[in-house]
Amino acid sequence: MTTVDKKKYKVIGTSPIRHDGADKVTGRAVYGIDYHMPGMLWGKILRSPHAHAKIKSIDASKALALPGVHAVVTGKDMAVAADIEVEAGETSLNYMHLSDNVMARDKALYKGHAVAAVAADTQHIAEEALALIDVDYEVLTPVLNGREGMKADVPLIHPDQTTKVMAFRFDPGTDTGEKSNVAGRSQLKLGDIDAGFKEADFIVEREFTTSWVHQGYIEAQNATAHWNNDDNITVWNSSQGTFNQRQLMAEILKHPVSQIKMVPLEIGGGFGGKIPVYLEVPAAMLSKKTGHPVKMTMTRTEVFEGTGPASAAQMKAKVGATKDGRITAAYAELVFEAGAFPGSAVGAGAQGMFTAYNIENILIDGYDVVVNKPKSAAYRSPGTPQACFPAEAVIDELAELVGMDPLDFRIKNAAKEGDRRADGVQHPEMGNLECMEALKASDHYKSDLGGPNRGRGVASGYWGNAGMPASCSIAINADGTVSLAEGSPDIGGSRTSIAMMCAEAFGIAAEDVHPSIKDTDSIGYNGLTAGSSTTLRNGWAVFEVTNQAIELIKARAARLWETEPENVDFADGVFFSKAEKELKLTFKEMAGKLMETGGPISVAASVAPRGAGPSFTTHMVDVEVDPETGKVDILRYTAAQDVGTMIHHDYVEGQVQGGTAQGIGWALNEEYFYDDKGQMLNSSYLDYRVPTMLDLPMLDTILVEHPNPDHPFGVRGVAEISVVPPLGALANAIYAAVGVRMRDLPMAPHKIVKALQEKNGKTK
Amino acid sequence: MRPIEYVAAKTVQEAVKSLAEKGDAARPLAGGTDIIVQLRGGRRQLDRLVDMKAIPELNELTYNASSGLRIGAAVPCYRVYGDAAVASAYPGLIDAASLIGGIQIQGRGSIGGNLCNAAPSGDTIPALIAHSAVAEIAGPGGNREVPVEDFCTAPGRTVLQSGEILVAIRVPAPAAHFGACYIRFIPRNEMDIAVVGVGASMVLDGNKVTACRIALASVAPIPVYATAAGAALVGKEATEENINAASEAAQAAATPISDMRGTAEYRTHLIGVLTRRALQSAIQRAKEA
Repeated sequence: MTTVDKKKYKVIGTSPIRHDGADKVTGRAVYGIDYHMPGMLWGKILRSPHAHAKIKSIDASKALALPGVHAVVTGKDMAVAADIEVEAGETSLNYMHLSDNVMARDKALYKGHAVAAVAADTQHIAEEALALIDVDYEVLTPVLNGREGMKADVPLIHPDQTTKVMAFRFDPGTDTGEKSNVAGRSQLKLGDIDAGFKEADFIVEREFTTSWVHQGYIEAQNATAHWNNDDNITVWNSSQGTFNQRQLMAEILKHPVSQIKMVPLEIGGGFGGKIPVYLEVPAAMLSKKTGHPVKMTMTRTEVFEGTGPASAAQMKAKVGATKDGRITAAYAELVFEAGAFPGSAVGAGAQGMFTAYNIENILIDGYDVVVNKPKSAAYRSPGTPQACFPAEAVIDELAELVGMDPLDFRIKNAAKEGDRRADGVQHPEMGNLECMEALKASDHYKSDLGGPNRGRGVASGYWGNAGMPASCSIAINADGTVSLAEGSPDIGGSRTSIAMMCAEAFGIAAEDVHPSIKDTDSIGYNGLTAGSSTTLRNGWAVFEVTNQAIELIKARAARLWETEPENVDFADGVFFSKAEKELKLTFKEMAGKLMETGGPISVAASVAPRGAGPSFTTHMVDVEVDPETGKVDILRYTAAQDVGTMIHHDYVEGQVQGGTAQGIGWALNEEYFYDDKGQMLNSSYLDYRVPTMLDLPMLDTILVEHPNPDHPFGVRGVAEISVVPPLGALANAIYAAVGVRMRDLPMAPHKIVKALQEKNGKTK
Repeated sequence: MRPIEYVAAKTVQEAVKSLAEKGDAARPLAGGTDIIVQLRGGRRQLDRLVDMKAIPELNELTYNASSGLRIGAAVPCYRVYGDAAVASAYPGLIDAASLIGGIQIQGRGSIGGNLCNAAPSGDTIPALIAHSAVAEIAGPGGNREVPVEDFCTAPGRTVLQSGEILVAIRVPAPAAHFGACYIRFIPRNEMDIAVVGVGASMVLDGNKVTACRIALASVAPIPVYATAAGAALVGKEATEENINAASEAAQAAATPISDMRGTAEYRTHLIGVLTRRALQSAIQRAKEA
């Protein structure tokens, strides 16, 4: 649905067949795992079996003696990278920490931490060689929980780490000098929190916990690296940002950025998890040692244990409202487990948690705590699903106390343009209220639940989206088609969406644009495929190059018509003379006349938009709970989201559905199940339970098109936010169904049964 | 993973000989849906796999209304539930065979393999016990038979000695007014391992229970044949009260643990719920039979 007047488009808003479709459905698309080179060796990683241990020595002599083994690298082979913090898709990375994460140096900081890598003729020999590497560990007591880690008497994971206090996100911070597992403390403050709570007639304060969860991409991490004799390094992999990874590689390997080329192959999902480097570094080091290209791939267990999942969190939320349903104050404490190194998404979580509402008095304390678990990475709206879960659950309780319909309560308190977020920034033009109202007007809202033990829950969410640089280039072919080169890996359909904007600008069909994704030597800088920014920023770059090309073609038409370029105009795919109406040529016709009017035309441009237009959404879900088994069945689901101008309709809908499915998994069954020694016990897709097709109904969407006024095509980030509301919406629906408030994720069946037994006074 | 020798046996004798030669370092291969995963995951080290799929006798599925059902050890699940006569005579077994893994697993994985894998959670095992199934075994010392309830000895371990193979599973013909059911609880709707599974069968005379067998999965180191639970119903009316008493007896027969799939308390609770539901369904089916 469109809520404000929008430009009429011919290509934008349709759903053409994706340009990479034929290759993908026939299995011809080349993913990282498909890449192969002559003389290639296979690398494997030896990983720590302990969650926290000193590495006293590593003896690889027996492994090196195994026939077919070529080389072993360990942390001793690594240079010490610079102690500099950089952003990594709402989480942060420090080059020195990233280097230590890629290969442990003196200590193994989590089960699965890489401690050595081996290169051999085959994958199987490499595996056998791992068993022959002797590592002498001194096992240390692990720290396995954020709140525990904050206490004074627990072991320090990084003995020299001191707490930094940050006034805002990405603030380098003031060092307190206090040695602690708390790497960072941050605070968002708006208005007067005490005065706000004084005004309230009802106050609800609760505690919540969430578990570690994985993005769950299907394609495991992989990398093939070749360190050539001339010291040029080439890496073929699938990532969420070739230029970012090139920089990370340069910092870790202490190698000039100009001598590293990252080649993007097709990617089987990332969701934030393929921003950091893992295998790329040891593969390059093994290639340097052996002179051969080296390929490495992870098993699923390695993906779970050795990459970057999303933080577990321990949280408090307290919200007050007046009798007539106005929220007066909100307080929260967010303790995020960063994993083995600092840099969780707690800051982004704080920024997002109350942001769908207009609340004048807010205080949010955030803590970034290191624990002996994998270093957290970005995961779709990083930090925000965790933080919005307590916000939405407490707001639901308040609505009940006030005696209002939960959706009406949200509508009454909805943030609008000009209202202030917790960090003081005013909201730009957006469709928050429109989503809530669209849901209220939906058939779903009006429908009857139709049975016992059924309940309906709603929850809202916010995600800021990110702005990042983009570059693209076009070459106009004589047949009127356009070759479009981009540099942002295509995870969610950006390649076709960008081509569609190019087609729209020239008045040609999407199929007449041929997009391709280039390596770092062949295109200008591109930011991460992250922050829901890829379509937005590349669309902007396409807007630049098409505008420049149109000006160049106008000059060619002017030459043909023996007039000045300013007398030529372009509209709806046709160049025409302003003076003589009969003089007109389509874009395609002009493309065929370029050679005779001065030669070929190609244009490149780079842009750096500052924001991606914030996302707002409200979800509604109906569940049925089996009170005897605690099983939750999802009966109906509707997600209403402000998607700006939709470029490719089906991709946008797919993004909303995909994120919702991930959020449902996060809410109900997904968790890293640890024993008390920090061993993950369920590192397979059998026991790490993502929802299957049979666990979900058709996820309905209401796509509210409130164009982003700051973008030439009205594009708004759409890809991430849908993972945010399912956690709260499902908790609220379960309460509505059977009367228990679940505040500990996942809301697994055994927990629901226990809660029901406690509610009914049976403590068996 | 080291290279493994692959032997495709053509006869039972050949398979027995090939396995006996390597002792514990050899295992039979049928559908491979367990053994290949275990090998790739490093949970087993073997020198030899002996493929059972080329042995005609192990691929036979025969059913006769008077003599009963004989399932060759390598017969995949889909052939069992795909046979209309078998499906109507052995409802509990069909419940189990059609919910293991997903469609692809059922197309490959065999009921014999599920039994020999001897997982506490093996879905067909409680169903086979409920149906009074018997394992036919061949080995270097000749042939023998073992009731399925005595087949598993520990997680992943069975009564099979070195060189012995499961040839077939024999399931007796059901009596008149026989009903059976297998249900399990999983947090998802497919592709999962039972938190608790319950197989139940019964023979009714009017509303009176004349025979009843109850078996449990995922509640002890091996699948549990809960004899006292079944006995609690025999000779009694199939009433709610008597069903509840049998369900409580089933709870008493189990020794569940807490793990990533559920707590011991929750498992005990589920045994009660699922036994009751399995019995109700078996009674319904017995009345319709």
